[in-house]
Amino acid sequence: MALIHIASVTASASATVSFTTGIDATYNEYQFHFVNMHPASYGDWTFQVNATDGADYNDSLITSTHFKTYNREAPADTFLGYMAGHDQAQGAAYQIMFNGVDNAADSGCSGVLTLYAPSSTTYVKHFTSRVQSIHGGNYSQNAFVAGYINDTTAIDEISFKFHSGNIDAGTIHMYGVG
Amino acid sequence: MALTLISTPLDITTADTAVATVDITSGIDGTYDSYEFHFVNMHPSIDNAEFQFQVNASNDTGGDFTSSLITSTFFNAYNREGNEGAGLAYDTYYDQAQSGGSSVFTGGFQLLARYIGLDDDQCCSGVLTLYAPSSTTYVKHFTATVSSTYKTEYYFNNYIAGYINQTLATPEIRFKMGSGNIDAGTIKMFGVS
Repeated sequence: MALIHIASVTASASATVSFTTGIDATYNEYQFHFVNMHPASYGDWTFQVNATDGADYNDSLITSTHFKTYNREAPADTFLGYMAGHDQAQGAAYQIMFNGVDNAADSGCSGVLTLYAPSSTTYVKHFTSRVQSIHGGNYSQNAFVAGYINDTTAIDEISFKFHSGNIDAGTIHMYGVG
Repeated sequence: MALTLISTPLDITTADTAVATVDITSGIDGTYDSYEFHFVNMHPSIDNAEFQFQVNASNDTGGDFTSSLITSTFFNAYNREGNEGAGLAYDTYYDQAQSGGSSVFTGGFQLLARYIGLDDDQCCSGVLTLYAPSSTTYVKHFTATVSSTYKTEYYFNNYIAGYINQTLATPEIRFKMGSGNIDAGTIKMFGVS
């Protein structure tokens, strides 16, 4: 087995879900599988990291891309395009992985974030994510987000949250790929 | 889904001797229906490098990775640290049509990442999935997602997919930079079950 389970956290009206241990040099690729992340209120699903010299998830600079595709239950309304409002250019904000997760009882978002070589002290830290969710208005929406954390200091902590409101429910599993 | 580590054909840093190519010539067989190649922090020895791959079919094992024809698509999302010129686009320059196109590398190698910068912290990482390489009936499909830093602080997220128009088994694969060497990086091959 090369997808090694490291830890899981289940949210319950949590402001954030963070992993503060287990991200180290043991693996040079980490995957975060988040399943049915349900917001307390309509919100953007996001993440940010701490380098070993950071503490508040607000000073690692991210340059990223964000594009998505969607369709609506009825009537059909399809789209594929770049979302300039959800990328970052040397931004220190939490990176939006999905814009506008609906908080209806049966809604939520699921997906995978891959973080490459977080313990490197030479290279920037690349990441890719793909998230599927119900967007407000009964849209099926699939978001593709990728980028790099412009920091050559090791990354050892990661935080997930909705941009406003709590994480009402959902589980995040952290794996090492080795 | 379970990933099984088969081999680590590359695991070098800039302190090691750079390599021109990474050839995987064993382990790609009928054991698994799909194979994943995870490449992490591939750093070139020259600026503007282009990371790419090609295969050998079973009638050309030990060959020079020039005989298999690829038809592929290539699109990417891009942005820049200065926030100039972000977008999403199909790039006809890097797709192939039977290993023909506007920018086809010798041997019809398929581009995975372009213009990788030489700065000490620049590189590319991603995953290439190769489906059913041991089939003797079907063409060989592949998909790849790559995260890469460009030499002038551009960022590219590449999505590449296609098929190797070959019904023979394809037991060998080569990774290389279009020019120059692979100065550092890790490549791991997994079987998917």
